[in-house]
This record gives sequence, C-alpha cells and structure tokens, in this order.
Amino acid sequence: MTNLQGRSARMRTMGRKAIAVSMVCLGLLVGSVLAQGELRLCLRSEPKTFDPLKVEDDASVTIRYLTGGVLLRVNRQTQALEPELAQSWKVSKDGKQITFKLRSGILFSDGTPFSAEDVAHTVQQLMDPALHSPTGDAFRSGPGNVETKIISSTQISITFPTAVAGLDRQFDQVAMLSAHSPQKEMAVLGPFMVADYKAGSTVQLKRNPNYWKTDAQGRKLPYLGSIRLDIQANRDVEMLRFKRGEIDLVNSLDSDYFDKLAATSPQLVHDAGPSLDSEQMWFNQVAKAPLPEYKKNWFRSAIFRRAISQAINREDLSRVVFRGHAQAALGPVSPANKFWFNSKLKAQAYTPDAALKALEGDGFRLENGTLKDKEGNAVVFSIVTNAGNKYRERMATMIQEDLQKIGVHVNVVTLDFPSLIERMTQTFDYEAILLGLTNTGLDPNEQMNVWLSSSENHQWNPQEKSPETAWEAEIDRLMRAQASSADAKKRKESFDRVQEIALEQAPFIYLVNRNALSAVAATVQGAIPVILAPQTYWNVERLSVK
Amino acid sequence: MKLWPTNFWRSSACAVLLLVVGLSLAANWLAPAGYAKQYRDATDASPSPQHWLGTDEIGRDRFARVLYGTRISLLLAPAAALLTTLMAALVGGLGGYLGGAWARGAMAVTDLFLSLPWLFLLITVRAMMPLNVSPLASVLVTFLMLGLLGWTSAARVLCSTAGSLRESDFVRQARASGIRGGRLFWIHVLPNLKPVLYAQFWISIPVFILSEANLGILGLGVAEPMPSWGSLLKELEGLVSVGEEPWKFVPLILLVVVVTAFQLVLSKQAEVAA
Repeated sequence: MTNLQGRSARMRTMGRKAIAVSMVCLGLLVGSVLAQGELRLCLRSEPKTFDPLKVEDDASVTIRYLTGGVLLRVNRQTQALEPELAQSWKVSKDGKQITFKLRSGILFSDGTPFSAEDVAHTVQQLMDPALHSPTGDAFRSGPGNVETKIISSTQISITFPTAVAGLDRQFDQVAMLSAHSPQKEMAVLGPFMVADYKAGSTVQLKRNPNYWKTDAQGRKLPYLGSIRLDIQANRDVEMLRFKRGEIDLVNSLDSDYFDKLAATSPQLVHDAGPSLDSEQMWFNQVAKAPLPEYKKNWFRSAIFRRAISQAINREDLSRVVFRGHAQAALGPVSPANKFWFNSKLKAQAYTPDAALKALEGDGFRLENGTLKDKEGNAVVFSIVTNAGNKYRERMATMIQEDLQKIGVHVNVVTLDFPSLIERMTQTFDYEAILLGLTNTGLDPNEQMNVWLSSSENHQWNPQEKSPETAWEAEIDRLMRAQASSADAKKRKESFDRVQEIALEQAPFIYLVNRNALSAVAATVQGAIPVILAPQTYWNVERLSVK
Repeated sequence: MKLWPTNFWRSSACAVLLLVVGLSLAANWLAPAGYAKQYRDATDASPSPQHWLGTDEIGRDRFARVLYGTRISLLLAPAAALLTTLMAALVGGLGGYLGGAWARGAMAVTDLFLSLPWLFLLITVRAMMPLNVSPLASVLVTFLMLGLLGWTSAARVLCSTAGSLRESDFVRQARASGIRGGRLFWIHVLPNLKPVLYAQFWISIPVFILSEANLGILGLGVAEPMPSWGSLLKELEGLVSVGEEPWKFVPLILLVVVVTAFQLVLSKQAEVAA
C-alpha cells in the first residue's frame, strides 16, 4: 500500500514536472513565434548619428528611443517618471546631486555587463565640452565640473556644480554607453539594436537578445523580432504606403489625411487630444529692425498686440484649418502638459468689437473700413510664414480676413524657410511671423532658450543686452528662479506667473495646439497612441504584429 | 488626306481661348461674391447650386477662384511674353543684326542668363522683395520677374535669324543702294523678323503660365488671397485618388486645354516663321 502510494505520488510529481516543462516549452514557442514579427514605419529624414549622446535630429532621436537603455524613463502615457536600469534614485535637496541604485545582472547587446562604471563613463562623455552633446546641454546649469562617485558596482552618485532643475527627468534622454565594449555606442541596453543601415533607404533594427525586461507572464521582451525604418521624407508617400499596408504606424498625422482615413477605416486612426506643439505668431519688437518707427510703436504696444489677439477667431482656425483636430491655445504650455499647465488662465475670447474699442482707447480710429493710428498711418502689416506649409498658409489667410473686420490690412507672404530664418534672426526685416513650436519635453527648462531675454531664440527681440521691458525682466527672474530650485511647488508657482505674463503681454500670440493624430495598422497589437513622442510606439517592447 | 483641316483645329483653339478669356472677364458678374470670401461653415464642400465647383479648404468658392485665377494668368502671361519678346529683340535681334563683337557679346550675355538656375533665382529674388506688398503688386512682380528672366531662348533664335538676314542678298543689295543703320533695320530687317517675334511671343505665353503654376505650387507666386492657376493647382497636392473629388481637377483641365489651344494657335505662327 505504501509502495503504491509512493509510486502514485512519484507519478503525480513527474506529471506536474512534465506539465511545467510543456508549459515552459509552449511559452518559449509562443515567445519565439511572437518575436518573429517585424514592425515597419518611416523615418522622415536620414539619421545623422547613431551615437546617442550626439543626437539632435528627429530620426536619430527615434533610433535612440528604440535602441537606447536609460536609467529613468518618463512614461509617455501617465507622464510619470519610472525606474528603468536604475532600480531607485534620490535627488539631493539642493538639486545638485542624484544617486542611483542600479539593477544587477544586466548585459549590453554584445554581452558586456552593465555597471556603475558605465554610468560614470556615459556622464563624463555627456558633459565633455569637446563632444558638444545637445543632450548634455540640459545638464549645464552653471560653470564647473560634474563629479561622479562610484559607490559600488550598482550604486553611483553624480554631483553637478549648480542645481539642475528637473534633474531626474533629464535622464530620460540619456542612453547608457558601455565603458568596455569594443562595439562602443553600437552596444546597447534598449529593446532593439541596429542590424543594418542603407543610407537613404533603410535602418534595420533587430531584437536585443540580452534585453532585461520580461512581461507579467515572465516572457522576455520585446515581442517583436525586428523593426524596419524606411527613410521617407514625403508625407504623401508615407500615407499611401500606410494605405497599401506597406508600413504599420504613422505618427503626427495631418488632419486632412486623418479625416480621409477615418472615413474609410475609422478603427485605424487615433486622436489623442491636444499635443504639446503650438502654432503662434509674433510681432517684430527689435529696436534696430529696418521698419518705420510708427510700426515699431504699434508692435511694442501690449494693447495693440492683445487687440490683434482678441480679433483672431481661434475656434475657426481649429475647426476649419485643422478640421477640429486642434484646440485654441492659451499660452506657452499646452493643456496636455498636465503638471506645468496653468489651469487658472482664461481662454482668449474672439471679441473683435472689444479689440476695436481697446485700439480706439489707444488712439487708433476706424476710417472708411481702415484702421489708422494717431498720426493717420493706415494699419497694414505683413505676416510671413514658411512656403509649403498648407496649414500655416490657411491660418494666415483666415487671420487676414479676421483682422479685416477691425480695419487691419494684412499681406500674407510665404517664403522659403532659409530666407525666413535669415529675416528672423539676421536682418530682422519682417513685421510679423507665423510659425509653430515643437515641444518635445514637459519641463519649463525646455523653454528657457525662448523666454530669457538674452537668448538667441527670444524671437520677438533676441539677444537683449539687458531686459528692455519690465515684464521681460520679471520673466527672466522667474525663469531663473524656477531653474535653480529643486522644489517642484516653487517652480510651478514661478512658471505659472510666466504663463500669466505671456498672456497679458502677448509677445507671442498663441493660436492653436494641434492634436496628436496617428494611424496604427490593424495588424499591430498593443499600441496605445499618446500625445508624447513617440506617439504610437512609446511601448515598443510590448507591441506585436499579427 | 486630313479628316479635319488644320484651320478647323486652329479656329477651334481660338474659339476656346476666346471663350475662356470671355468667361474670366465676366467673373464679376458670374461670381459676384468674389474670390476671397470665406464660407467657414461650408469648407471643402462638394459642388452645389450655391458653389458650382464646391469650396476650398477654407470655404472659398472654387468657381469664383478659377474664373479670377484664369483672368490673372491669362492677362499677365501675355504681358510677360511681350516683355520677353521685346528684350529678346533688343538683345538677340540687335546683336545678330550688328554682328561681330556685338553678336558675340549678346550671345555671351544670353548664355550667362541661360546657365542661371531660374527657379532658385526666382526664389532668391522673391525673398529679397519687400514683404509689405499688396496681392496685386505681388502678381505684377511675379510676372515681371518671369518676363525679365525668360527672354534667353528667344534671344538666341532672334540673333541667329537676324544674323542670316544681315547676310541675305536683299539686305546686301539695300546696303549697296546706300540704305544703312536704323533705316535698313527698320525697313528691311524688322519686317522679316516679325514672324519669328510673333512665334516667340506665342510660345512664351504657355511657358509663363506653367512657370507661374510651378511657383504657385511652391507657394512663391501670387500672394493670398488672390488666386492664380498655380495656387489653385496646389489643391491637388496629396490628393490620393483621382476619383475621390474630380471637381478639384478643373483648374488642371483648364490649364491643359488653354496651353494646348495656345500650341495649336502658335503652330501656324511657327509655320510662318519657318
């Protein structure tokens, strides 16, 4: 009896083992089948570099995102910072130091082990002035050297000479390099690695066999076997290829295409709501600009700028130009930026009558359908935008008609981009410009180069030796205050005030925030399009293709 | 044996051109709302009794824009062609007639202009222009630039023709009879250059229409809200299927019809010139 029981117990144990082994085999089989899929999408330009520290163009950013392993990652859906290669981290109260505790047992794609030494190597490379790393610029808050201290193989602290605002979030962009791998920057810690590159044609990525992440069922990620990135600058061709099933994802879809695709295949298109990008116009306030003095006086008047802003029908711009896939903009921060958007700002209402009244209060008068200033000069100015951008051309034409209602005559001028930039930054020979601003990051520090009056990108009046107006001086002070503080609440207060001043003074007349539109083929599983880049493949390791 | 006589085609082409010009001149009556009025609640609309060719992306009546655009392209392209022909006559015709160093100099200048990448030159000139010009001024400037840059091919033809005339027997005889200088040119050379000048004039018109259309597609031609064939053709950008919105092809069809009509008319001129 005992023997029988013992035999039966052994049989049961063996049976369980067999089932377990079968399950593992099945899991591996499913995993390997899933890992066979290839995702296809387009890069809109040639990648300029595969070195993650030298990245500045969009195509290289895409490759860095797909191949690079980072210590911390901003979750594109929740906008929260999450641990990746770092298990945990701590920022010092003064905002100068960050300490990381790294995960152990992680390997680069070529099998080289990852340790604190690699983090130190990456940070030293990043901050090397000779490398001119655009990613490193975000960490350069003041003069002095960056110190790295390896506490153990899985622990490291990095000390900056001065406080770096939003220090931990900046590491979302820093892909780790190996200090020892002979493959240098081609040894990666991300889900994919570069397998092949044909200039002008394709970048082929293949699955990183040493990628450290697993899913809830213990299966190794990523599910995909490879990604093919076709270099295709023409958006029309990209769209046609999507329709033909030759590519699987399209980011930043045009609203015209979105509607056309939605009419036939509504399940393929996704509108994630307002993006971080804005369309705006501004007047030239440069003192040395070759413009008549009376025009400079108009453009320097906050009453004039605000009146023009009030007389623009933003709802129509959103509805007509972007087919409803945009939202009237309130200020420098899109409502999509959940933490930094100042929700107390009131929307700019379309009130041409109030605009005209305000202008009349400032000495302007309407005569036979033409607005004239105190000296009798007719209010006529040109709005320049870049040729070939149909949305901006349409917006400018609609603004032309809106402003005609208050007697302001606008001439719409389209110029090729280099000529426009030359006028904007060198000769200052323009009156108003309509362009867009692409925001990739959430932190206000990303906008430092626009708001500081000494900056080259302070478009309405660049490189001021000292702030020329009291409100610009206040913005300078507030931007510096938020940049040198590690207290998120204080930073938010400062930046909220900047947004209020921007609305009061209207140096930029914000028009619309375009929606984040995308298209995902029915064969792609696991895609959750979001507003932050990369919209459709932010969770690439969990995507699969049927 | 020809099924249709040449005259029939030429007469038909003339009739088509007259009809198109007539319609465009009657734009004020046929489309009283004008080309700039934005019907913002009826954007990108299909053809209807209110909007015969539908509306564009910001709700402007496409029929009105086609009529006014046709007027601009058809009136200003001949003006630019006239300017071109005059410049070609001045540089090429005089150079060829005077011969020797004059002819070589004229051809050197012509070759220099021919070697210029005209599209980039137009873009550069457009970028250097003052920004605050009215849409009407932008139209005039666009065609003026086309006229000032488009005379080179015609100048080569005229230089060669004037050179041949200079050496022809009747000009030698006139010279031997004591007729010289401007009188010789005016009485004996110019009348014989006329067919070539006419032909060059007619040839230039469709070329300028197409050039303006190219500039318009690049967004560098006539300024908004004024329409031209170039800006109307821009609507075809990104159109994925021909069958989806066929009425958007009306400007393109009109352009093809008008350019073909010009070709048929000028074929007779070319015969005369030959």
